[in-house]
Amino acid sequence: MKRVNVIVAAVILISSGCSKKSGIESALQPKASGSQISEVSGGKQITSVGSELPQPVVVQVNDDKGTAVAGALVSFHGDGTQFRPAQALTDSSGQVTATVRLGFAPGDYEMVAETPKTGGGATTLKLRQTALGYEQTLGKQVNDGYCIRCHDPESTTERVSNFENLTPSPHAFTDGAFFNSWSDADLIMIIAEGGTAVKKSPAQPAFGKTLTPRQIKAVVAYMRAVADLPYQPPGVKK
Amino acid sequence: MNWRDQLEKLRRLFFGDPARRFAWASLALTVSLAIAPTKEFFNEWRHYQRQFFNLVTTRPNGDALKRNFESGIHQIWIPEQHVVDRCPTCHLGMKEASLSDVRQRPFRVHPPIPHSLTEFGCVTCHRGQGAATTVEEAHASTKAWEQPLLPARYLEASCGQCHLGPLDGTPKLNLGRQLLAHYGCARCHRIDQPDGSPLLPSDDSPPLGHIAEKTSREWIFAWLKNPQAYAASATMPDFQFSDQQAADVASFLIAQSAPTPGTPVEPAAGAIKSAVDPAQGASLYGTSFCASCHAVQNAAGNIVGGDLGPELTRIGSKVKPEWLARWLKDPAHYDPRTQMPRYRFADQQIGLLTGYLMNKKDDDFLANVHLPPSDAANVERGQKLVAEYGCAACHQINGVGPPKNFAPDLSRIGSKPLAQIAFAPGMGETLPEYIGGKIHEPRAGGSGLKMAKYTLTDAQLEAITTALLAQTDRAWNMPRELIRPAAHSSDNQPGGEAGRLMTELRCQSCHRINGNGGDMAPDLTHEGSAVLAAWLPAFMNNPNTLRPALIRRMPKFNLSAADNKTISDYILSAYQAPGFDSLALDAHSLDAASAVRGMDLFYTKYACQSCHIADYKKDKGYIGPPLAAVGNRRPAVWLYKMLKDPQAVTPGTQMPNPGLTDAEAKDLTAFLVTLKARENGGGK
Repeated sequence: MKRVNVIVAAVILISSGCSKKSGIESALQPKASGSQISEVSGGKQITSVGSELPQPVVVQVNDDKGTAVAGALVSFHGDGTQFRPAQALTDSSGQVTATVRLGFAPGDYEMVAETPKTGGGATTLKLRQTALGYEQTLGKQVNDGYCIRCHDPESTTERVSNFENLTPSPHAFTDGAFFNSWSDADLIMIIAEGGTAVKKSPAQPAFGKTLTPRQIKAVVAYMRAVADLPYQPPGVKK
Repeated sequence: MNWRDQLEKLRRLFFGDPARRFAWASLALTVSLAIAPTKEFFNEWRHYQRQFFNLVTTRPNGDALKRNFESGIHQIWIPEQHVVDRCPTCHLGMKEASLSDVRQRPFRVHPPIPHSLTEFGCVTCHRGQGAATTVEEAHASTKAWEQPLLPARYLEASCGQCHLGPLDGTPKLNLGRQLLAHYGCARCHRIDQPDGSPLLPSDDSPPLGHIAEKTSREWIFAWLKNPQAYAASATMPDFQFSDQQAADVASFLIAQSAPTPGTPVEPAAGAIKSAVDPAQGASLYGTSFCASCHAVQNAAGNIVGGDLGPELTRIGSKVKPEWLARWLKDPAHYDPRTQMPRYRFADQQIGLLTGYLMNKKDDDFLANVHLPPSDAANVERGQKLVAEYGCAACHQINGVGPPKNFAPDLSRIGSKPLAQIAFAPGMGETLPEYIGGKIHEPRAGGSGLKMAKYTLTDAQLEAITTALLAQTDRAWNMPRELIRPAAHSSDNQPGGEAGRLMTELRCQSCHRINGNGGDMAPDLTHEGSAVLAAWLPAFMNNPNTLRPALIRRMPKFNLSAADNKTISDYILSAYQAPGFDSLALDAHSLDAASAVRGMDLFYTKYACQSCHIADYKKDKGYIGPPLAAVGNRRPAVWLYKMLKDPQAVTPGTQMPNPGLTDAEAKDLTAFLVTLKARENGGGK
């Protein structure tokens, strides 16, 4: 009998030691629950490895009539990703805002926002974020110095886009539907040798005598990183 | 039977005779000898090597991977860099390109970097304990370890250990170093780089020796209390002075102010009063391209304009109108080191601009500032504060010299041992968090601290932290031949009468000439070979013709014909590039047939109209400069050489090298020299 008591005491002690985390979680008592979770803003962002996304991620929980639900529990998770907060209750407009820090490996990160559903189960929202490693960062620098002037349709006060002036129109580097079918070798070819080398428009100049092979490879790595639809290298099954 | 008998029985059973004793002793010895190999067998790294072996077994090229796999400790040893890294013992997939899709830690492929993994090892970039062979000891980031692992967001700091200048792949490090220079950190702290050169401040702080002519005690008080309330882009940090302290410092600064030596060039009396039409003032502000250097915060809160000069959003609440008029007439009289050019404004124009700028004010800024009259005690306390807080490290102040050894040396801050750091409560106990936290809340570490609080975004703070983390012991101990020093600027100045004029116009605030000057506008080192003799003086008379789409533009200085000629002649003769003579191109061969071929190359083969406008009626590209009048501007030799190798002629240009043959470059040149439209643009 005594032994049983000791074991029970030990189990209680150990579990109380382990339950520090769950203690914090249980402080968030959901007051309501919804049936859908959706993105307000903050998906498809790009940052450098190990860094916070430039903008926070905002998600919203609605009920089945599409009305915002306040006080619903939202938890975030993702491999190698840190969230602040990792769990929160929705505010009066049904929203939760979290800052997100990506991990140290370059590439895509899938983050999941999850909320319990009214009547059991949970509903989830998946958002894709991208971390740029050294090579992609170098590619982004080259892109910002050269490519962006024609390949980005957006203008800023400091940089007027040339996109509208060109026929045929260039493709934005995010245009995965177009670029994903190109092999690395083909992309390197059109960048280095110009559009005419692959029977495309001469408006794409040859950069092979301007950029180093490393810079051109880096631009391709950057294009792959920002492609939307995400790029899948050949022969790799997900 | 009691327990003693039982024990005795046991003793006899095991040790009753010598044979049994020997057997047990042998067994004990065997077991003790086996401890070491067993421990070895159950080592953490063996566990990872077994995992890796299982992983490669499932791969299509598993047999080859297994053949290449060697069990045991893997080590990178680079004696001259003090690198002994056993990380590859567990990080086994780092060099296997065929494992690029493996996400399982620790077997991922290392992402591409510009160095091979054996060139510098692992800890040079990632820190951590290279020689350790357990996960905990290799990566631990607690105080007990000398070298915690560096978080990925600061990784660019590691590049900065050897590369002391900006690199394409390290935007965060570059920004951090730029900010260290911009905020003048090195005016108080010593920050030497491992090649021995000190990190230099990039901006001059305004001298305060004549401040009473410029502004009031009330403005100084309000500015000291909150510089960002006056100008959101202010560089000046917040010294967190009490009201009394700020009033004392303001009193002292007014008291130490002496009249500017020399006779100021006064605008004609009454010129200021002539400012009646704000629209005219705005137009003069625009056509003088003040916004190339000065920003103004717009209604939406965005700061629009350049950052070379101070923000002017509330300038009318700061300066005295008579000072402003004198300043616009001749800035160098008040501040000989200013970057502001001396425009040749007419007195009536000075009146217009002064009136326009004095209207840029914020009555709320000084509304609640009511200072009692200053007395000797104020001034004395103010002088003590100015000396104590090191104001003279940045500003020239009469009677207070710049402080020496004022703040800690940061040359090796990136290797500061954690055991030596007093962490403020609530701060994460790592070096990056200490550095970032110290800049963010400089006074949190205790009382008596003097460092001021800078207004920085999170991204700026992270960048500065990255730049400081590059200042490591490892960098100082690297073999010297591995260090890549930054390019240092020269102190080249134009000479003679033209040099005097060009200094007065502060050409080098924006233009670099022979390695000295700013980077806002084109490098003029070889400008004499780049433009035609007739074009340059005409351009300086009306700079509006070139690149009208740009925000930052060359202002019109209202030069006299004689001054214009002096400067033009000097640039055209002194700033010649070698090899731009008739040997490079026989200009006589540029005939009409050649021009026709060139036009075809321009429009068809090379699609130059994608970026350049040769004909305003049909071309639209506006990345490169419009070329419709390029024949009036560029010499044929320059065009030819630019077409052949743009980066050699204009380093850093966006123009790609099209890889032209000599004949093609000649034909294109022949076409371009025919482009002589009278006006560049016509409003485009």
